[in-house]
Amino acid sequence: MIDFELSPKIRATKNMVHMFAENAIRPIAREYDEKEHEKPWELFKMVQKVMGSMMGGGLGGGEAKEEKPEGGEKKPRETNLMTAVTVEEIFWGDAGIALSFPGGGLGGAAVQASGTPEQREKFLARFSGEEPCWGAMAITEPEAGSDTANIKTTAVLDGDEWVLNGEKIFVTSGKSALEDSKGFVVVWATVDRSAGRAGIKPFIVEHGTPGMQITKIEDKMGIRCSDTVSLSFMDCRIPKENILGSPEVMDKTKTEGFKKVMATFDATRPMVAAMAIGVGRAALDFIKEALAEQGVEIRYGISPNRMTVLEREIMQMEADLKAARLLTWRAVWMLDNGERNDLQASMAKAKAGAAVTRITQKAVELMGPLGYSRECMLEKWMRDSKINDIFEGTGQIQLLITARRLLDFGRDQLK
Amino acid sequence: MVSFELSDEQRMVQETVASFARDQMEPLMRESEESGAVPDEVIAKGWELGLLGGCIPEEYEGFGEGLSALTSVIALEELGSGDLAMALHLMSPTVLAYAVMDQGTEEQKKSYLPRFCGEEFTPAACALVEPRYDFCPSALTTTAEREYDEYVLNGRKCLVALARESDLMMAFAATQPGMGFAGVDAFIIPRDTKGVEIGEREKNMGVNALATYPVTFKDCRVPVSAKLGGEEGCDYLRLLSRCRLGLAALAVGMGKRAVQHSRDYARDRVAFGEPIGSRQAIAFMLAEMAIEVDATRLLTWEAAWRCDKGIDFCKEAALAKNYAADMAMMVGDRSVQIMGGHGYIRENPVELWFRNARGLAAFEGMVMV
Repeated sequence: MIDFELSPKIRATKNMVHMFAENAIRPIAREYDEKEHEKPWELFKMVQKVMGSMMGGGLGGGEAKEEKPEGGEKKPRETNLMTAVTVEEIFWGDAGIALSFPGGGLGGAAVQASGTPEQREKFLARFSGEEPCWGAMAITEPEAGSDTANIKTTAVLDGDEWVLNGEKIFVTSGKSALEDSKGFVVVWATVDRSAGRAGIKPFIVEHGTPGMQITKIEDKMGIRCSDTVSLSFMDCRIPKENILGSPEVMDKTKTEGFKKVMATFDATRPMVAAMAIGVGRAALDFIKEALAEQGVEIRYGISPNRMTVLEREIMQMEADLKAARLLTWRAVWMLDNGERNDLQASMAKAKAGAAVTRITQKAVELMGPLGYSRECMLEKWMRDSKINDIFEGTGQIQLLITARRLLDFGRDQLK
Repeated sequence: MVSFELSDEQRMVQETVASFARDQMEPLMRESEESGAVPDEVIAKGWELGLLGGCIPEEYEGFGEGLSALTSVIALEELGSGDLAMALHLMSPTVLAYAVMDQGTEEQKKSYLPRFCGEEFTPAACALVEPRYDFCPSALTTTAEREYDEYVLNGRKCLVALARESDLMMAFAATQPGMGFAGVDAFIIPRDTKGVEIGEREKNMGVNALATYPVTFKDCRVPVSAKLGGEEGCDYLRLLSRCRLGLAALAVGMGKRAVQHSRDYARDRVAFGEPIGSRQAIAFMLAEMAIEVDATRLLTWEAAWRCDKGIDFCKEAALAKNYAADMAMMVGDRSVQIMGGHGYIRENPVELWFRNARGLAAFEGMVMV
């Protein structure tokens, strides 16, 4: 049965998280935007203590698909929906702070999705410990963004160790994982450049591994509380067992690991959409309250030809935000039900990224000079929201994936 | 608990109506548009689906268990994928029938509902839209003034589908002008009532298979009992919102079909040695079209779900309808653009979708869920 009512469990969590976002995150949002590269440690320690276990290994991590049990009834799961709803609330509080919350992040998600039981045990336990801890993922290189097949970082097996060499950029929470806590980073490297995508494997690199160095901490337009770093690997040696999935190349039957890591995007893309929606809702809530205070009424039922520009804009923002949320809920609902959702995940992210970028820009515009002032949060949300249309695959990459699926074209037929 | 899964019954309705749209409506779409008439066989076979009677309870001679807005929008989406004009023709009785079912007095239900449960298609008209550039459903200029035990209607209407073909018409008029939505009531008026003037058939940009007329009320007197809901009147905004959900669902259907058509064309049509769908300029248009169709469907579902749950849904319905009208225009436009010159030729369906789409912004009433 089609139903849009959140379960009592999710509703209760949503309310609790919203209160937390409102009382603990929003009040310090501006401060940690201005104090770039500093962390609200008090908050993070509290988060780790109180919510560490509830978050299930960190925000933005989502959860991998579970195999459908053979025979028997499908057990209704709503883990991913729970995460999406929670993420929206926290990001409503503040995107920069939320993004730098302790937890496994994308690196943790990759281990969760494709690690062996031993790997999961070894690498994930730390996220539910006493101290805040972070995981990170290093994919992007100066010359390889969405084009992951072009990754030049190499991994060569030397006895019982892999030796990594190369340079990574745009590693979210890289400093948090490697310098500020005892975390790790999942690094994508090629074991055989001639094999193209099939040669690319994810490797877990622990904090403090010799040969790995943070070479740069980026200054960014928005999400300033969250650190973004460059990493260099110079003869960085890691244990042989730190590879995620099979080390075999070309053997089609053994690409499970790679595919599973790619499949984490099916879980994380809707979460990025939920992040965007949280920021968009913050802006929309703000502007609607501001208008209400001024006694401006939005006349919902009237004809489009009678609407003021302001009314039309607000209604469009509201409908766009809701549409993005419903597309996101659909994508995570499919994931929770063990259905293939890569198309829907990309649709949700494409819509949310573009819609919220526009919503926050419009919100600034509608508030006139007030919107442009740093006294007001709108300008910050406009800066923060833009990243959602970029990371985890730009809006254009999402359209490309959507179009390929629609047309049933492979990457060679639709470049 | 959140779910996007159709019930078994909804899936059955969806499949039945989808195959009717594909096999019976679409093949005759062009012919009926050009000839300006919905073919009798489509009407007869469409009526056999029992979409209307299936919602009317047994006590009023129907065979249904009541009205579900969600199931209705699912059915209407499929009808919309067949043809907009045919769908509006076939579903024209819904406004009167569902309004009576939803808000009529017991007496009104008894006297009006059974006629829609027969074996023959029974049209009914809805007079809501008015021929003014600044028309707004919250500020109707057609008035109904109380005089003793009668109401006197005055004003002009347009886009009244099947006005001449229907025995009954549901007319919306302001009983308290200036009171917005709260000041409007609905009246059930037999076609032959003195003071009802049905004009020449209208000529519109699209949906030409649907016969629409201007209707003028000149001191048209109806008994108080003709007022929907009796003395207390009706919740007009609720009725209007149910209509908006219907129009939004039809737009989703049309949009869905246009995306499929454009997708197939983009795969088949070769230019510069490869299918045009291999170019991002085309592929990205398609992706955006598909996303917006899905977005509109979900907005419509959510509003319909609220309606069924008894939660206020009027704002959501308005947002969904406006979103749907914008989506339909964007999708219609792009489906023409993707076909290039071929899209402009009347042999192809896309130019009709493009013309039909524009109507959705102007339409109000006409179909109800």
